[in-house]
Amino acid sequence: MLKKLVMDGIDWIDARIPMTDTWNKHLAQYPTPVNFNFWYFFGSLAMLVLVNQILTGIWLTMHYNPSAEGAFASIEYIMRDVPYGWLLRYMHSTGASAFFVVIYLHMFRGLIYGSYQKPRELIWIFGMLIFLVLMAEAFMGYLLPWGQMSFWGAQVIISLFGAIPVIGDDLTLWIRGDYVISGATLNRFFALHVVALPLALVALVFLHIVALHEVGSNNPDGVEIKQKKGTASEEAKGKFTFHQQYSGKKDIIDAVPFHPYFTVKDIMGVSAFLICFAAVIFFIPEGGGFFLEPPNFEAANGLKTPDHIAPVWYYTPYYAILRAIPDKLIGVVFFGGSIAILFLLPWLDRCKVKSIRYRSWKHKLNITQFTICFIVLGVLGALPATPLYTIIAQVASVGYFGFFIALFVYSKNEKTKPLPTRLTH
Amino acid sequence: MSNEPVNSGRRKFLTLTTGVVGGVGAAAVAVPFVKSWSPSEKAKAAGAPVSVNIDKIQPGQLIRVEWRGKPVWVVSRTDKVIEELPKIDNQLRDPASEEPQQPDYATNELRSIKPELFVAVGICTHLGCSPTYLPDTFGEQVEGVESGFFCPCHGSKFDMAGRVFQNVPAPLNLVIPPHHYVSDTTILIGLDKGDA
Repeated sequence: MLKKLVMDGIDWIDARIPMTDTWNKHLAQYPTPVNFNFWYFFGSLAMLVLVNQILTGIWLTMHYNPSAEGAFASIEYIMRDVPYGWLLRYMHSTGASAFFVVIYLHMFRGLIYGSYQKPRELIWIFGMLIFLVLMAEAFMGYLLPWGQMSFWGAQVIISLFGAIPVIGDDLTLWIRGDYVISGATLNRFFALHVVALPLALVALVFLHIVALHEVGSNNPDGVEIKQKKGTASEEAKGKFTFHQQYSGKKDIIDAVPFHPYFTVKDIMGVSAFLICFAAVIFFIPEGGGFFLEPPNFEAANGLKTPDHIAPVWYYTPYYAILRAIPDKLIGVVFFGGSIAILFLLPWLDRCKVKSIRYRSWKHKLNITQFTICFIVLGVLGALPATPLYTIIAQVASVGYFGFFIALFVYSKNEKTKPLPTRLTH
Repeated sequence: MSNEPVNSGRRKFLTLTTGVVGGVGAAAVAVPFVKSWSPSEKAKAAGAPVSVNIDKIQPGQLIRVEWRGKPVWVVSRTDKVIEELPKIDNQLRDPASEEPQQPDYATNELRSIKPELFVAVGICTHLGCSPTYLPDTFGEQVEGVESGFFCPCHGSKFDMAGRVFQNVPAPLNLVIPPHHYVSDTTILIGLDKGDA
């Protein structure tokens, strides 16, 4: 009786909006490669953190005062007087760092398994746009507490635009809306941080997933799970039903439906992640000065600069590149270039084999040196610049950009291993 | 509905003109959104000139005033400092002030209107931090130079005329704001002489 009522209800909805069909197409009958490993947790974790940021962000907005006069005090109010305000704020500030942790690992996964290669270029481009919007989102969010680091960090980053010839000075004035960072800057950053950029972020995540589901997921072997219709054996196709969208034109092999197989597996990843996340929130919410920096516990003062200015850890690799170059304009060009070149990755890699498992020793070496350079730059960007560190940062910057140049050169005629015909697991 | 054949030329023309007019309209609508980011009238008013009384300034003293929210320094240079300044030209990036970081009337050896009084915006030309005035201990940064300005952020160094030393991240000399002497004891910062 009740069951019939529910089924009738679903039919009623399905006749008006494709609810069941969408559920099947994107979850219950979406073919997912069986050999997904540890690296495939970070996409769903990024979604989880996004939801965390939006929820805690909305609640923080209820208590925060977006004005130069009231911002700093309202953060203290949230931390001390609002019931559970400290928890909401730490969830949000730790969430920002967690977002970058999972996004960097997610990007690294794409890098080693060639998930950016044809036909997944647009997934990579949308992903890079998400990364870019996320950096802007985090930067603007960092101004909102209106502490010393908020103020001078924004001062330094906005000054970067001043290095652009001719229009630089007018552009920085326009971004700030004042001759210095002021309440005008704070209010526009607040509007962008809580309304404009989150909307852009959600829209881009939607496009990222639409593009992913159109071509299907890559996997650690980098071989496709879609074959020409009628060529796969029954054993390869398995016993699962996949949506017509995927199985209509192609034979699907070595795949399982996303739900329940990977929803359940992802819950495992979520549990492990939440243990780490909660541990940081409760025991080291400031992340040892890397998630929330000490000078930010002092209110913004436009006439006094803190002794040492360093960006939050997720920007430090690019900041180290900026500082390594002794010329302001060229420094800014390479700073921007270090992000921009990532967009070109699908076209810089000319190899047809995707996964690092079947690629040459040159590629393995290149990815290794790139990873080391990226981490070295990240560490150096958080430290004060000394002559020795500057030289190391210069070497690591060469390694960073060298990765892309070398990749473009050797990937044309790369000596790869033979690909398996079936997924290995 | 008419049964006449489609006049595709007219249809193209109408599509094009509609597109152009719509595009102009969209561009016009963008103006208020873009312009609203420019400094408000209130911010501009706060950017009004500031007058500084230098009646009581002591030799070697630095007076800090706020102009457009930035620190502006008025420094009284001693005769000894003025004497020493030309001797360090070979350690500087732009000793003759060739880059337009100052108004014409301050494009001279000492980068000032009067030799004994130096006026500058106290913001580092690298990435906008405010350097520290070291009247006696600058020798720790540059050997043999007693006083100068040192930026704590990225280690840029400037001499007592705001000229940048070589091998530091800052590319340019400190900015000299428009200013003039209203009387012997008053400087007006923010306006050139003769501007209303």
